Amino acid sequence: MALINVEDLALSYENMTVIQNLSFEVNSGDYLCIVGENGSGKSTLVKALLSLKKPVGGSITLGDGLLQREIGYLPQQTNAQRDFPASVYEVVVSGCLNSRGFKPFYSAKERKTALENIERMGITDLKQRSYRELSGGQQQRVLLARALCATQKLLLLDEPVSGLDPMVTTEMYELIAKINRSGVTVIMVTHDMAAALKYASRILCLRKDGYFFGTADEFLQSDAADFMKGGVRHG
Amino acid sequence: MGEILSEIFSAPMLVRALIVGVLVSLCAALLGVSLVLKRFSMIGDGLSHVGFGALAIAAVMNLAPMAVAIPVVIVAAFLLLRLSSSGKLKGDAVIALISTGALAVGVMAVSMSKGMNIDINSYLFGSIISVSSSDVVISAVLAAAVLLMFVLFYTKIFAITFDESFAKATGINVGLYNMLIALLTAVTIVIGMRLMGSMLISGLIIFPALCSMRVFKSFLSVTICSAVVSVATFIAGMIISYAADTPCGASIVCVNIAMFAVFAVVGAVKARMK
Repeated sequence: MALINVEDLALSYENMTVIQNLSFEVNSGDYLCIVGENGSGKSTLVKALLSLKKPVGGSITLGDGLLQREIGYLPQQTNAQRDFPASVYEVVVSGCLNSRGFKPFYSAKERKTALENIERMGITDLKQRSYRELSGGQQQRVLLARALCATQKLLLLDEPVSGLDPMVTTEMYELIAKINRSGVTVIMVTHDMAAALKYASRILCLRKDGYFFGTADEFLQSDAADFMKGGVRHG
Repeated sequence: MGEILSEIFSAPMLVRALIVGVLVSLCAALLGVSLVLKRFSMIGDGLSHVGFGALAIAAVMNLAPMAVAIPVVIVAAFLLLRLSSSGKLKGDAVIALISTGALAVGVMAVSMSKGMNIDINSYLFGSIISVSSSDVVISAVLAAAVLLMFVLFYTKIFAITFDESFAKATGINVGLYNMLIALLTAVTIVIGMRLMGSMLISGLIIFPALCSMRVFKSFLSVTICSAVVSVATFIAGMIISYAADTPCGASIVCVNIAMFAVFAVVGAVKARMK
């Protein structure tokens, strides 16, 4: 069974239907990039996948034993976060919150998970540093480590490279690809068509009048590709 | 100094004010960290104005002030939270609207009740005499609630303060915790308002958090430091107010200003030394 099965989905945003008749599936180990122009419903779809938004029609079914709260989410950064007084460790360990009920403190196992993911992202030397003192790329690594604390199966990344310089962007993509190779399914919302074509095993291109879903090769041969070439900047 | 302290402790009225003040400043500081970091500082300010309006109307209609003010301010807190998170109206504009509106209604109410002896000055700028023994009980209960909430839900409060979207995605009931914070903030403000005055109470919420953020770098250390700064500045302000015969609320806020300057310098020196 697929990890996520989306069938005939319809979503609305402020009473306007932004997505209609959308069907696709995500299998374990996939690397799916969601692309599309602004206003095509990418963010709304992300919210629906996280179950923060109810579909107006159709369904999203989770399979392979994936629980709703087991999706490792990397949201877009907010301004308030950039000067937030929190240590890297405090931020990362908060990713473990999904697996606990009302227990007030972190268990030894959760603290260990946090440290492991900090190491996995190569930021062990920053562990005690304050989040607000870090560079944009380092902050994204911290948030990735936090997302990995929440999941072993699926990462959902919302424009993970926005605001990063080109070199750090490449590093970030390589890191995400590495996580994907280690068996974690990745869904990434991006504006970066070149990266989507390079890394993704599947591409979902949302348009105001429909959508494309298929492999990168299929995408290049479709008319959706011509359409995207006009409006998308190449990273 | 010892003499002043023994004088304060021998007057029941001052002891009451001291107890209420210490408990309220502790609550204000803990809630303040979250409010300041979530960019909700002005909500405290708006709520205190609403509190003023409610107190004034209660006095004019001869009702128990707290029984009117607490529910009114709680409703206003939920309303402000809802409006600023729905994004329909810009948060800061809504708060300005509600603040001035409530202030105007309060002033109108007081001015229309000619012949009544309402000391508008003590509502606006606080008064030690207005602290009753029922305030002591309410503030003790409140302080216990805030402390308990902070210890039990510390990890979740951190998560929703740092990143609401992530917290929502991991299944935390963000709306519920936000409402809890708004509720406790509302009660803190109403109780603290009598002592500090409605114009000055938000200083108690904002200053300690801002001071701590100059110097400390983790959420835990900022939270603990805010609590310490808040209680210390309250006690210092009250002693100054008694010794120099200055208004209590204003003295406390002035001590906070001085404290902020000290923390800003320490923070700058620390950054330079790296």
